[in-house]
Amino acid sequence: MVEVNKLLPKTPTGIVGLDEITEGGIPTARPTLICGAAGSGKTLFSIEFIVKGALEFNEPGVFMAFEEKAEELSLNVASLGFDLEALQRNNLIKVDHVHIERSEIEETGEYDLDGLFIRLGYAIDSIGAKRVVLDTIENLFSGLSNQSILRAELRRLFQWLKEKRVTAIITGEKGDGFLTRQGLEEYVSDCVILLDHRVSRQISTRLLRIIKYRGSVHGTNEYPFLIDADGISVLPITSLKLEHSVSSERVSSGIPSLDKMLEGQGFFKGSSILVSGTAGTGKTSIAAYFANETCKNKKKCVYFAFEESPQQIIRNMRSIGIDLQEHIDNGFLEFHASRPTLNGLEMHLVAIHKIVKRFKPEAIILDPITNLITVGAVSEVKAMLIRLIDFLQAEQITVMFTALTLTTVINEQTDEGVSSLVDAWLLVRDIEFNGERNRGLYIMKSRGMRHSNQVREFVISNEGLKLVDVYLGPEGVLTGSAREAQQLMEETGVVLRTHAVTRKDREIERKRMVLQAKIESLKEEFESVTEELNKSYVEEELRKEVMEKNREQIIKSRHNGNINKSDS
Amino acid sequence: MGIDKDLLEKAGDNNSNEGLTYVLRLFVTGASANSVRAISNLKQICETHLKGNYSLEIIDVYQQKAIAETEQIIALPLLIKTLPLPRKRLVGDMSEKDKVLRGLGLII
Repeated sequence: MVEVNKLLPKTPTGIVGLDEITEGGIPTARPTLICGAAGSGKTLFSIEFIVKGALEFNEPGVFMAFEEKAEELSLNVASLGFDLEALQRNNLIKVDHVHIERSEIEETGEYDLDGLFIRLGYAIDSIGAKRVVLDTIENLFSGLSNQSILRAELRRLFQWLKEKRVTAIITGEKGDGFLTRQGLEEYVSDCVILLDHRVSRQISTRLLRIIKYRGSVHGTNEYPFLIDADGISVLPITSLKLEHSVSSERVSSGIPSLDKMLEGQGFFKGSSILVSGTAGTGKTSIAAYFANETCKNKKKCVYFAFEESPQQIIRNMRSIGIDLQEHIDNGFLEFHASRPTLNGLEMHLVAIHKIVKRFKPEAIILDPITNLITVGAVSEVKAMLIRLIDFLQAEQITVMFTALTLTTVINEQTDEGVSSLVDAWLLVRDIEFNGERNRGLYIMKSRGMRHSNQVREFVISNEGLKLVDVYLGPEGVLTGSAREAQQLMEETGVVLRTHAVTRKDREIERKRMVLQAKIESLKEEFESVTEELNKSYVEEELRKEVMEKNREQIIKSRHNGNINKSDS
Repeated sequence: MGIDKDLLEKAGDNNSNEGLTYVLRLFVTGASANSVRAISNLKQICETHLKGNYSLEIIDVYQQKAIAETEQIIALPLLIKTLPLPRKRLVGDMSEKDKVLRGLGLII
């Protein structure tokens, strides 16, 4: 491919996206045909080629206008910020208006277009032009009637342009069954680009297609393009390869309890997350929390709102404790609100693409994608979202979509059919029970992680969003006040149990004390018995001693002869 | 324009019976076949029909390239009839005599 590029030198057009589709631009030193119906943007395309060439690539250009006068042209492109007059004064651009008044002209025999050649050659040489635009050369056919001369001369002109080594763009109006009315494609055979302007469901989309590009590979699809204040942007968004680099870095959802359900760390960076649910289930709140978290980490986030105005979202989110205005002021958050019907689907994509390229956010939010259905068919919306996800993944941008499910039945698929595309899908649904509606949050899927399979009750309060474990009661999942009642009941149970335990403890204590007392008394009894026994034993001893003494005394007295006395 | 007026007045004086004079400018490219034919054809027509009543200037565009833009020249040879009005541009080698005469307003 590189070698092909080497063989065929290309001149960058400077038009955003076109140079990517053509892998470098249009063929250098050859004419390129741009055709399309009236109002498809041919003139703008070619003027941007000239202006960008002069400003960005230092290649002066000649713009030969067969339709508009130079002053008209200057005015028309001034809205795009191109100052043609200044560029002309600096000899970077030469605008030549070719005026052919049919009523003034009489053809009186053989002629040629040498006048045009001289004029163009003079213009090219006077500023050293490298680029030439002929817009729309077919107008010659309305001024001059000798077709065979004109055709031969045009063939000569294109050949001459090649010899002059200028990169030329020739525009041509689309004809019936042909690319151009006069079959210019026959002469310009190197590169042909078709512009189209289609209206479907009252919404217009501009499309570009490269019909032919001799000697070069090029994208063959129709690419939408946008004309806005910065000129033309073309989007090469259909990447057929699935070769994005992936990140295992994690980003927090902003709701700690939700992160906990996602392995405690949150989503993967650069993944796509779908939050779907019925009306009023807090999808926008989840999205706003995510935006808030992203901005709090000093990372940029873009919020595309398709339903509410930014002010409305900011006000509403204050009620749940987050201030998005602060992030806007700090330059971390941008809001882009538009009705889906403002543009065609492709235009939305182009707009998102442009904003992302400019602002370089780490995360974007589309809230909600459901409304896009009003602009295109389901398959178109899906195709657009595929391309968007592709693009965002390539840029490593985390994207969160919200989608409204119209039925309360949980579908295997969302209405947009994007559930198979996204990496993570959170479903918020109403749980109606006990005369109240509560919100339940599931993680339907989250690729590449062991996510929780639990239903959590999703509580929105002044303090923010919280996920609470639901209770499984005999009647099923309990949420809201039923959950609170159950919680209360369980708390009562705990108190009662604690109470019961203490009573038992006390009884044991009492028993222990009784037994202790018993042991004490027995001990004392034993002591008194021992004492008693000791006492009699001592008395016996004493008596024995006294008796011994007495007997000794008697014996003594007997020997002394006073036995009677001592006996008495 | 001042020159044209002068010419007009002068022509009026000289040719009071017709009241008009012909101011013609022929643009050619060097000595190309078409140019040569155009010059000779035109001269012949003028001598036949406008003798003494016209001024003819022959301009080689190759020599004055800038004039191509100012005079809105595309096809060559080109004869511009400035006067009498209406302005007419005759393209070609002037070989179709009827068309040249019609272009000059000599026949209707």
